[in-house]
Amino acid sequence: MVQSFKKGSASQIDASSIVYDTQKLNLWYGNHHALKNIDLQIKENEVTAIIGPSGCGKSTYIKTLNRMVELVPTVKTSGEILYRERNIFDANYGVEELRTKVGMVFQKPNPFPKSIYDNIAYGPRIHGIKSKKILDQIVEKSLRGAAIWDEVKDRLNTNAYSLSGGQQQRICIARCLAIEPDVILMDEPTSALDPISTLKVEELIQELKEDYSIIIVTHNMQQAARISDKTAFFLNGEVVEFDSTDVIFSTPEDKRTEDYISGRFG
Amino acid sequence: MVGREKFDADLNQVQSLLLDLSNTAIDTLDNSMSFLFEKDIEGALSVLENDEHINHMEEEINDRVILLIAKQQPVATDLRRLMVLVKIAADMERIGDYACNIAKETIRIGKDEHIEPIVMLEEMRVKTIKMLKQVLDAFTNENMEEAKSIAKLDDEVDEMYGHIIRTLLTAGINNPAQLSQVTQLSFVCRYLERSADHATNIAERLLYLLKGKHYELNN
Repeated sequence: MVQSFKKGSASQIDASSIVYDTQKLNLWYGNHHALKNIDLQIKENEVTAIIGPSGCGKSTYIKTLNRMVELVPTVKTSGEILYRERNIFDANYGVEELRTKVGMVFQKPNPFPKSIYDNIAYGPRIHGIKSKKILDQIVEKSLRGAAIWDEVKDRLNTNAYSLSGGQQQRICIARCLAIEPDVILMDEPTSALDPISTLKVEELIQELKEDYSIIIVTHNMQQAARISDKTAFFLNGEVVEFDSTDVIFSTPEDKRTEDYISGRFG
Repeated sequence: MVGREKFDADLNQVQSLLLDLSNTAIDTLDNSMSFLFEKDIEGALSVLENDEHINHMEEEINDRVILLIAKQQPVATDLRRLMVLVKIAADMERIGDYACNIAKETIRIGKDEHIEPIVMLEEMRVKTIKMLKQVLDAFTNENMEEAKSIAKLDDEVDEMYGHIIRTLLTAGINNPAQLSQVTQLSFVCRYLERSADHATNIAERLLYLLKGKHYELNN
């Protein structure tokens, strides 16, 4: 299903610009049918927001994109998720390979109990980079990319736990950037942050989309409206509507979308 | 968005304020025409005095809408509704201004004998007031068909306008002594025609509210 940017227009998305193509994805936790026939195309260098009430499947969906959901033992899936035209469920697709390309930032900042420097250098080191000079460069570039370099450059050896929540979250984003991913998944990345830190992360997301494709699950509808290019509204495991954020927040097609974004339920 | 019930309650209050403003503006326009026909200078003065009240009602609507947007961050139909309420309030306030302008012409004409074409303004007044009441009714009931039917009435008012202006000009040419009143009644005619245009605007705003698309009714 090709989603047009502007409702009613017939513009087609160039296949090479599609990062994720989800086709007829179904997912069950045991007997619970959590995702139902999901068809979604995620375009590169865009921010795609996923909104919906609790239990609608939005977090499950994002965790399926890097196969993290497989950590739940009772999970079963059907359908396909093509990442750069390759089905991530293929038997010969290594999950490590996928996660090198797809970084993730979680709701609660989760830095390692290590120095700021070691947090960022962790990924590159396990990928075999040993040169101090190269690691230094990666650390600086990643911290700059996450808009936190100026705040921490003079204390790279202090423990990341000593930073504020908002700074910790940007450290986690920098850690994610250090492995040079293609996609960044964000699961409610600002829900534990104060408004100013939230603003900084939102500004950062806008900058990051120049180089990365970002998929963000958010409970904050105004945040989705502010920062995303496309918005998908999930309800009871289904995608009710997926369109440009402009359309979703001004003239949504489906009454359930309008009711949800207008605070009539959820 | 938080507090849907509070939002709905506040929104209803603004809507009812708009209805008050609209009814007041329409009645004022209607009355100002009666005062013209009746050479009622006192009445015309009361129209001018009442204008501040109409202006105040519009400001009150604007202030409340600003607060609702700031505090509740509405989206989609809710947001369009608030924008439309502000715009209709401006339309109605302007109709109040036209009523004042007509009252001023009434005061200028004073107790002079009316020239004959003034009777033609009565039909135009009836049609304009009908349009305004109809569009208000369409807005209250969110009736698209009723809103669309406003376009035809506006065409009729426009036609009357052309006809009355030609008649007035002919009267002025034939009897230059009447030129002053010809000018005054031409203005009155223009104010009624503009009021009818605002009725059409309101109909277009209702369609935008309901459909999220822009409509042009008087093409």
